Amino acid sequence: MIWVDTLLQGILLGGLYALFASGLSLVFGIMRLVNLAHGDLIVMAAYLILVLVTLLGLSPFVAVLTAMPVMFGIGWGLQKFLLNRTLEDDILPPLLVTFGLSIALQNALLEGFSADSQRLPTNALTTASVDVGPIALGVMPLLTFASAVLVIVGLNQLFYRTELGRAFRATSDDATTASLMGIKPANIFATATGIALVIVTIAALYLGLRANFDPNIGPARLIYAFEAVIIGGLGSLWGTLLGGIIIGVAQTVGAAINPEWQILAGHVAFLIVLLVRPRGLFPRAND
Amino acid sequence: MSYTVTTQTSASRVAAIAGAIGIVVLIALPFFAGRGTIQDMFFILTMLVLAQFWNLLAGYGGLVSIGQQAFVGMGAYAMFGVVILMGFDPVPSILLGGVAALIVAVPTAFFAFRLNGAYFAIGTWVIAEVVRLLVAQWKTLGGGTGTSLPRDATRDMWFVELIQDMLGVRSAAARDILAYWLALILALATIGGIYWLLRTRRGLALAAVRDNTEAAKSVGVDAGRMKWIVFLTSAFGTGLAGALIYMQKARISPDAAFSVTDWTAYVIFIVVIGGIGTIEGPILGVLVFFALQSLLADFGSWYLMTLGVLAIVIMLVAPRGLWGLVSERTGLHLFPIRRTLSGGKLTSSED
Repeated sequence: MIWVDTLLQGILLGGLYALFASGLSLVFGIMRLVNLAHGDLIVMAAYLILVLVTLLGLSPFVAVLTAMPVMFGIGWGLQKFLLNRTLEDDILPPLLVTFGLSIALQNALLEGFSADSQRLPTNALTTASVDVGPIALGVMPLLTFASAVLVIVGLNQLFYRTELGRAFRATSDDATTASLMGIKPANIFATATGIALVIVTIAALYLGLRANFDPNIGPARLIYAFEAVIIGGLGSLWGTLLGGIIIGVAQTVGAAINPEWQILAGHVAFLIVLLVRPRGLFPRAND
Repeated sequence: MSYTVTTQTSASRVAAIAGAIGIVVLIALPFFAGRGTIQDMFFILTMLVLAQFWNLLAGYGGLVSIGQQAFVGMGAYAMFGVVILMGFDPVPSILLGGVAALIVAVPTAFFAFRLNGAYFAIGTWVIAEVVRLLVAQWKTLGGGTGTSLPRDATRDMWFVELIQDMLGVRSAAARDILAYWLALILALATIGGIYWLLRTRRGLALAAVRDNTEAAKSVGVDAGRMKWIVFLTSAFGTGLAGALIYMQKARISPDAAFSVTDWTAYVIFIVVIGGIGTIEGPILGVLVFFALQSLLADFGSWYLMTLGVLAIVIMLVAPRGLWGLVSERTGLHLFPIRRTLSGGKLTSSED
């Protein structure tokens, strides 16, 4: 029974990793850009929520709604004024610019908030659990997982049911031809990064409610997100959820065997998938 | 009518003479400089070696790795391992550090080459994390908290007594001087070796792959093989540098030896600021980096923030770095690899 419990906790943890990964997956899918500052942006969003909670006395769930448009704006501006300038055939500029951004952001947060670890205030809801037969599942992990599923359903709807989604897909396929049809790729890219940062804000809420965070934890979140994206296959959002679940299960199973093996087990699971299915479980037809 | 193909320019001949004088001064430095200067120079030289190898990978091979700390840490830990567990002398053990990094590089390349471009970058980072977590499990070398080199191993190190007698310094200072000279040898060998590699046929193939992989393949360059050569060479050199750095520190821990900031972020900044894809770039970059560090070291995180922002600005405004600006304006190449045809006269076919 304890194994079923471990497995379920792992799957729910996977929801958090899928939330970390969805933004990364979205941005990569549309503009082939890998944002090395993604993890640090998650941490930045967590601090933004924390500031709103402490300054305005909001509940974290209300604060996240306030933070979302702010993060959308930051993402939009970041893409429009900085990252769009790096999008050419050469892979070096986007990598090195986002790497520089990651280091700059980490240290700006360190300067602003010190290295002390923080946590969003919890209430009865965040510590509650529901009994499913003999197993107790935390309400928070369930909420996280449900949010991840909702985000992915929402993104799929956006992609395949709306005009914006059509523009996303067209620009992703061929930005030049799309621009002939009256689409401005620069603005489409900016909107995509804006949406990615809205998802980042949701991820940050659960990050901050479930565990402590400090300015240095960004890179590790980037790595988990990246592993989930690669395991799922580039460009597949449901694949990203499955990737997150695989990392989550590997980590909880690893931790159940030996607490020191938690992180290592996640990485090893990633390497095994890379060995067996180098293009991930659900690769896009052409890439 | 005879033609000659040369790569030398008058600037490069002047640079070679100036370089030779510079090398003599650097060799003689311990005879007149204080211990602080020697330690600073050791830092500059070892960072230069790391930067040259990262530049070889990213600037010439197109392989942007964020996992070089795997090889620094592995080289250092292998050196500590053979010294502590097998009683080897630290100096020759540095070579084993390089070999250990090379061995780790083989499976790393096998996994990472399955990923392209940006994903290769994060892939190498993941593997470096795996190596760090595995090494932290190695209890005989102190596990997560790390360990120190045994006192008698550092005291009886090769050449230390010789340097003590020759320069009349204490044993600790003599160890720093030994480390400095080894770093100087490593840096010169690295620059010389990379310059030699770039001027050979393989170097030409490498430049072709960097400029256009498909076109290079079409004229018979084995692009995959070039990637392997560059990756393994960099790993070996980075491992040697790692072992040497930790021989001088004499104390190691997984978090320090596998630090992404110290061994990869700094190195990337050095190369980007100096100028990626040139041998001169990292040399200029490491000097700028050291100057910035001396100026801003007291400001802690502001310093790193400045570096990050500076790297972004340079990448956007002058993607070929400071050296790129210099050589664009002046046409100066201190390590020319471009082949120029001279002698004879070009005649058209009607004559």
